[in-house]
Amino acid sequence: MAVALKLLKQLRAPHTSSTILHRNLSPRLSSIHSATRLFSDSPPPTEPLPAPPPLNPHSPSPSSLNQYELAKFAAVAETWWDSEGPFKPLHMLNPTRLAFIRSTLCRHFGKDPLSPKPFEGLKFIDVGCGGGILSEPLARMGATVTGVDAVEKNINIARVHADLDPVTSRIDYQCTTAEKLVEEQKNFDAVFALEVIEHVADPTEFCKSLSTLTVPGGATVVSTINRSMRAYAAAIVAAEYILHWLPKGTHQYSSFLTPEELALILERASISVQEMAGIEYNPLTGRWSLSDDVSVNFIAYGTKTVTSSL
Amino acid sequence: MNSLIIRRNLAESIKRLKLSQRTLCTDAAAKVSSSNGAQPGNGRVAQPNFANKSNPYDIAIVGGGMVGMALACSLAKMPLTKHLKVAIIDSNPAVSNGLSIKKEDPPDPRVSTVTPSTISLFKDIGAWKYVEQNRHAYFDQMQVWDYTGLGYTRYDARDVHKDSLGCVVENKVLHSSLLSCMQNTDFQKTIYPSRLSTMTLQPRNLSMGVGSTSSGLNEQGNLAKLDLIDGNSLYAKLVVGADGSKSRVRELAGFKTTGWSYSQNAIICTVEHSVENRCAWQRFLPAGPIALLPIGDNFSNIVWTMKPKEAADRKLKAEDEFVKDVNYALDYGFGPHPMSSTSGGGGIFSLFTNANLSANDCFKVPPKVLKLASERMVFPLSLMHANNYASKHVVLIGDAAHTVHPLAGQGVNLGFGDAFALSRIISEGIAVGTDIAEVSLLKKYEAERKSANVTMMAILDGFQKAYSVDFGPLNVIRAAAFNGAQYFPPLKRSIISYASGDQRLPIFS
Repeated sequence: MAVALKLLKQLRAPHTSSTILHRNLSPRLSSIHSATRLFSDSPPPTEPLPAPPPLNPHSPSPSSLNQYELAKFAAVAETWWDSEGPFKPLHMLNPTRLAFIRSTLCRHFGKDPLSPKPFEGLKFIDVGCGGGILSEPLARMGATVTGVDAVEKNINIARVHADLDPVTSRIDYQCTTAEKLVEEQKNFDAVFALEVIEHVADPTEFCKSLSTLTVPGGATVVSTINRSMRAYAAAIVAAEYILHWLPKGTHQYSSFLTPEELALILERASISVQEMAGIEYNPLTGRWSLSDDVSVNFIAYGTKTVTSSL
Repeated sequence: MNSLIIRRNLAESIKRLKLSQRTLCTDAAAKVSSSNGAQPGNGRVAQPNFANKSNPYDIAIVGGGMVGMALACSLAKMPLTKHLKVAIIDSNPAVSNGLSIKKEDPPDPRVSTVTPSTISLFKDIGAWKYVEQNRHAYFDQMQVWDYTGLGYTRYDARDVHKDSLGCVVENKVLHSSLLSCMQNTDFQKTIYPSRLSTMTLQPRNLSMGVGSTSSGLNEQGNLAKLDLIDGNSLYAKLVVGADGSKSRVRELAGFKTTGWSYSQNAIICTVEHSVENRCAWQRFLPAGPIALLPIGDNFSNIVWTMKPKEAADRKLKAEDEFVKDVNYALDYGFGPHPMSSTSGGGGIFSLFTNANLSANDCFKVPPKVLKLASERMVFPLSLMHANNYASKHVVLIGDAAHTVHPLAGQGVNLGFGDAFALSRIISEGIAVGTDIAEVSLLKKYEAERKSANVTMMAILDGFQKAYSVDFGPLNVIRAAAFNGAQYFPPLKRSIISYASGDQRLPIFS
């Protein structure tokens, strides 16, 4: 955590330094990124904390989702809930990231961490909910959950599975995108996009949508994979090619964001990152745990700046 | 009946209320039911049709014995699990009506040696204070020796800086303490005074629900249906088999077991001395070990292992003849008393010997048995271990998952260890919103307990095997092992810690 906080302090320095950081990153980024990646092309911010973009119903691309990514997930949707299936790592990872969510959001919303349903009365949205691996636990923890995914098949899986338990059957699953919900002027106490941002075409726009969906003073939680050599070794070489945990081609190394980059684009979207933690896999025990080491998987929680108004 | 209806209505209204008001209302519900005074014994006894499909239980505990009740108490005490709706299925009237124990009755021969770690778990859930109100006997010394006269080990609680090595408690005292502990909570439990007949676990196949037949899965798909022999049935998300070594749950869920019987029986009885016994004694004889455990006042408990034929004979023997046999088995025959190192028997182990070997470390002779204070019971000995403890919707705890040789009185400690581990893992699961019937969660329990149980079982089985042969060289090796344990302090300390229930392997600690 210490490392992550240090990074955040650097990021919260006056905007000149963050611009410098961004410029320093840009050449490195453009050398790695494919043409579809727009991160380094986005203009540097004119203000340290820019207001979220005005709603634009005439946006040329209604979704930041990459068409190819969409097709890939439709193919494996059926196996979402098989804890020994292709999403096994996600099932194993889930309790760890939920532990982070529980502790940070109980503090954020001033809820009793000893309550079995601490999030009662709160409206949460799970963007890129897939089969509902995150939505269901959030609903069991008391939240009123909306789960959205651009893949119809995922939403079907999620609905069927959620109906097995009366508590989770109240989840509102919709086949839509964050951008469309922004257009519908929906907002939520907390917005989640876990292991999603590495699959979107334009992370900057995506974060702006997440921010717009979050009520001022609300929380946004994003998790993803770092763009580091260790992450490449772990997420692509090990997980896809050696252990066959993930179908080959699940991840594009160039789509990964570093914690600095993520914090920066969230900051630009009026989300101030409060805490960041690494999610570490121990191959000896086969367990995932939270750690200070953000070099592979990491999760960030931020608050929507109250001063920015829609 | 009135109180039931009121509680149900209240329970429903509580669900609708906000978090901040929750504790207050639950207290109110408890007051309403207790002021009515209609609460029979230890909680509600099931009414037919109370739990239908739309109102299932979170957990059904099959078997309300010591281990099943320990699980229920532990769930009732933890903040994240006390809201769970639990059904307890047991035909024993004590579970429904409570158990009254008269202190002046002689001790029941069915006793357990609870380890310090079990005691601290009981203290955590608030059940130990009820044990202390009844007869119990802490012991701070333990002597294990061998009929050959070659080896002995004497343990003292002070070696590990503890007050006691354990406590011997009658099983009925442990059980009633847990029932009393449960009675003093506002836990939503329902007792079914019956037995399990059949169990239906609807297997779930998600892919069939996808596409055209997405209505193929209904709410019941996520529940286990339990049919009882009295005709009642109930639905639960998770079924816990705490129904002992002949577990019906284990059989119905199709868990395979590994095990063998030792072709040995144990005679169990209570005996009386002229003085109070403060030490646990165990002597290894060619036919099997005899243990003399203090049980409070001037009473001790005997667990004596022998061949089935001998056991049957000794059960029928006249009382004074039997007492003579017991005294003989505890002290005589086979050779001299083992010598303590102070008189020069240490050999290579004297290198490690503490110079200040206290008088307590010297070999002692167990107190004489004066008379028999209970009937003699005979139990066959066997070892059984379920290959798996957990599957979707079903989990096994206690003797349903493993039965061990009663050699060191460890059986029930392993069971309590299971119960507390399961409740903690359920609580951890609830904290992160996991479905409590999820296999991946239950497998965590299995992984944690299997290694602890298998290690203890292997040690006990090893002891059993080592002593079932009377062969010169082996006797010497056994004696050397004993002397090693006696005179090599680090080894001695780790053995005591392990026997006290610390989850660490001896030697490697």
